[in-house]
Amino acid sequence: MTTSTRGRTGRSLLLTSGLALALAAVAVPFYWLAVGATHSSQELFSSPPPLLPGGHLAENLATLQETAHFGRVVLNSLGIATVYTLLAGTVCTLAGYGFATYRFRGRDTLFGLLMLGLVVPAQITLVPLFRMMADLHWLGTYQAVIAPNLALPFGIFLMRQSMAALPKELLDSGRMDGCGELRLFWRVALPPMRPALAALAIFLFLYQWNDFVWPLIVLRDDLTFTIPVALASLQGLDETDYGAILAGTSIAAVPMAVVFLLLQRHFVSGLLAGAVKE
Amino acid sequence: MSLAKPLPAARRRQRGRAAPYLFVLPALLLFAAFKLYPIGWSFLLSLHRTVAGTDTFVGLDNYARLLDDPLLWTALRNTLVVLAVQVPLMLALATGLAVALDSSLLKGRSVFRLGFFLPMVTGLVAYGIVFSVLLNKDYGLVNWLLGRAGADPVPWLTDGMWARISLGLALTWHYTGYNAVILLARLQTVPRELYDAAAVDGAGALAAFRHVTLPGLRPALLLTTVLSTIGTLQLFDEPTVLTGGGPDNATLTLGMYLYRHAFTYFDFGYASAVAYALTLLIGLLGLLQFRLLGDKP
Repeated sequence: MTTSTRGRTGRSLLLTSGLALALAAVAVPFYWLAVGATHSSQELFSSPPPLLPGGHLAENLATLQETAHFGRVVLNSLGIATVYTLLAGTVCTLAGYGFATYRFRGRDTLFGLLMLGLVVPAQITLVPLFRMMADLHWLGTYQAVIAPNLALPFGIFLMRQSMAALPKELLDSGRMDGCGELRLFWRVALPPMRPALAALAIFLFLYQWNDFVWPLIVLRDDLTFTIPVALASLQGLDETDYGAILAGTSIAAVPMAVVFLLLQRHFVSGLLAGAVKE
Repeated sequence: MSLAKPLPAARRRQRGRAAPYLFVLPALLLFAAFKLYPIGWSFLLSLHRTVAGTDTFVGLDNYARLLDDPLLWTALRNTLVVLAVQVPLMLALATGLAVALDSSLLKGRSVFRLGFFLPMVTGLVAYGIVFSVLLNKDYGLVNWLLGRAGADPVPWLTDGMWARISLGLALTWHYTGYNAVILLARLQTVPRELYDAAAVDGAGALAAFRHVTLPGLRPALLLTTVLSTIGTLQLFDEPTVLTGGGPDNATLTLGMYLYRHAFTYFDFGYASAVAYALTLLIGLLGLLQFRLLGDKP
């Protein structure tokens, strides 16, 4: 009895410390990113490389502002991601609700069509979408970044899965009370869906915040760039200032990681509900 | 007649019939405009050659050109190498991680679950840049640490084989935790009684893993395999930022190749043909995976 308990404790310790070691390895890039943001390029590429924070953060941020209008770029990213989250969140939630709670002709076909978007590679649409944006005279505009991905298949999928958990009795009793369909959606269906909506919002925001290829294609002027596009453009310069780039990269990654940590309970559970339920 | 106007209840039912369509309509319209229409247009483009902004119909020429384009085969081979090596290794790692995260022996499970998921939050450009600096041959932290351990510096990004390994490492860092969380969720639906029964039958940990855990994980493994395959075949951001496709095209992917033809050479027709070939490949591999992993109980 004592031996087996001790054996269990030992194995528990072994497993926990083993995973802690692995987690530390996974965390190295994050730590080093934060450290790198506070050093000059010269310090970064010296031997030994810096392992502790330095004193060049302000200077790096100033360089970013100077070479890439980074303050404006951050605002662009925040604005685009916020508007996108609101609009795409609405589109995906409405569709998810429609597919999950109604039976109607063509439902499965239409849903299957939308899910095709998960399988068909995004690249296949890049060229025609680019031309569409040119024809609409939208190149270089924010709406060109936002509009094409509003009906995000994964978001619709996620919402349908979550909404399927709504008790039918709840909706029916709302109808008995004379509630219209839109009011039913707004007043009865949405409130209990708050965790799923939070998960969707985090997902959409992160998706847009980190999106690279499409903004890279449609944005023209560095005043309209989003953070990933600005960072990539800095990296292409002849004299790349890596201290500044890492400071910018920290701004892209660290706040998102913090927000994610704060809201993760919703996110992971919401994502999981969508990913595995059958 | 008093029935000239429909009864309120009937009218409500009528309206109720239109309601579902109204809910899904915005999504369908946007999807049709920005996905289906471009997909169709892309096919038409693939039958044309664009010179100086004018499209000329060339039939299947672009597809014929695919077949003897050595660089395309290089890109295909690079992509398939990642698919054959990195994806299975990562999914095995994710499975192990999921089992460990599910174990009652582990203390502080939620911290670990979160920590391993965190890389997924980082944008591709951001982590590409971090890895490119960490793996710098002369000044990178990784080679410095190796040097301290008495090893020679590794040409992580400047040698073809090592560049592929670096790409694989970066991808593994980014996606393992994500896949582990999906697998973990499935794992939690496996009835505990099955493990108890296996223990009663005298099964060791390994046997229980083979006969209870793996079969239970099958649907989630299918999902992660298919998602990873689709993601790998479209691989673009990571190699673009990490290696630029080099050295000497060792990490050039199909996604990059397509992008290059479309937006560097403005050869839209050929780029579309590459895109359709890619879609075909994704479809075929997806089907194959469903055959291998799907159906069976």
